[in-house]
Amino acid sequence: MSANTDLKRTPLFETHIASKARMVDFGGWNMPVQYSGIVEEHNSVRQAVGLFDVSHMGEIDVRGPEAGKLVDYVTTNHAAKLKHGQAHYSALLYEHGGFVDDILVHKVADDHFFLCVNSSNQEKDFEHIRQNNRFEAEVEFTSDQYAQLAIQGPKALATLQKLTPVDLAGIKYYWFVDGEVSGAPARIARTGYTGEDGFEIYIQPAEAARIWAEIMKAGEEFGIRPCGLGARNTLRLEAKMALYGHELTASINPFEADLGWIVKMDKGDFVGRAALEKVRANGLTRKLAGFEMRGRGIGRDGYEITIEGQPAGWVTSGGPSPTLNKNIGLCYVPANKTAPGTAIEVTIRNVPVEAEIVATPFYKRRQGASA
Amino acid sequence: MSYPESYKYTKEHEWVHIEGDRATIGITDHAQHELGDIVFVDLPKPGSAVTKGQTFGSVESVKAVSDIYAPVSGEVTEANELLAKTPEQLNSDPHGAAWLIKVKLSPSNSETDSLMSAADYQNYVGAE
Repeated sequence: MSANTDLKRTPLFETHIASKARMVDFGGWNMPVQYSGIVEEHNSVRQAVGLFDVSHMGEIDVRGPEAGKLVDYVTTNHAAKLKHGQAHYSALLYEHGGFVDDILVHKVADDHFFLCVNSSNQEKDFEHIRQNNRFEAEVEFTSDQYAQLAIQGPKALATLQKLTPVDLAGIKYYWFVDGEVSGAPARIARTGYTGEDGFEIYIQPAEAARIWAEIMKAGEEFGIRPCGLGARNTLRLEAKMALYGHELTASINPFEADLGWIVKMDKGDFVGRAALEKVRANGLTRKLAGFEMRGRGIGRDGYEITIEGQPAGWVTSGGPSPTLNKNIGLCYVPANKTAPGTAIEVTIRNVPVEAEIVATPFYKRRQGASA
Repeated sequence: MSYPESYKYTKEHEWVHIEGDRATIGITDHAQHELGDIVFVDLPKPGSAVTKGQTFGSVESVKAVSDIYAPVSGEVTEANELLAKTPEQLNSDPHGAAWLIKVKLSPSNSETDSLMSAADYQNYVGAE
């Protein structure tokens, strides 16, 4: 692998190189795509525990007496309903209703909200929020202040609990606690992007390499593996979690993306609301759906979809599912063609190959410790 | 893994083993390693023609699709059926049991001159 010095590095870059990770350019970041192998890493998260460096993710702090009002004005979910220490999935929209980004909103205090945003969108998100800030609130771009690690899998809690006095079992799904990991300050959130139980921790960049090593040691008895972006993608796809640039773009609205549940139309005005009113009145023309390949072949990102030979949509994310041992994917198709059992064709190297719309998520974990 | 001396190699990481007017074609250990977990192999049917330098099939890993180029021209006599059911064999035995196709070489085959020896290929992937 050539060392591209123009790419941004996380505080764990040296750790990844020492671990013989295969590094790739991911939206301008030099990130590990895999260590031992995508399938092995994927399975370790489904069966035990895996550790991800997700320090490329962006962070934005919103503070001030009207911090909540600003967050509610620029996002689709209802931030005012969050309790201290609670988080939710949400979206930033343009006026026309398309996605700026999908984000996590954490309520730290009445006057402090902490946003976790996609790496490749962070500057754009920051500008978007600032431009819409007509409130008594300060928006601060704080990505440089955090490294982020994701500890995911059924043994994530047992692994991380060895390193923190915080009662992790007491943190409910999509709640967080400001505490310590390995003696260093950490925001510990019970969130993730894998479809498994687990935690995402926000720590000081200078502590990242040491904490990474301690987590790897703590998880040794469970067979912990470092996991790259390759496994992160197959895991999130099985769980039907959207990826910006694939399922979500500036020309897709949340109803099309099957994310109506994060849009609270009755919370008051927000950026994009008027456009979404129109979408609701007019109905959807296309919608996100899951498919499974029936014929031989793998439908991949960007492949065309036809129904009875006519152009009908495109694959947003597709590939083999290591857990289900099937070839699966997500696609946009006409809204009246999303019923499970609908026959579609995916065009693979100019040949239409049979596939079928199926119910999603493709994978759902057995009920975890808390939900 | 070592690269068999009796094989010839391409810059696109295929190998070819020529015996008389017959050849066996596969991908190299370096190629399978770069691809990672191989999950799907698409091969031509017996009877179809392959042309040196042109793609004749594809190998897919979890992450990506990779075209395979023919190191020689000829007619396909056999496609490795083993790989339809167990494509992961390509990760474990790329120079042996997980060959891709066998071909009957076209009559005028002075085409092998541009291929690399095992030593040259080893240098090539070492330097890449």
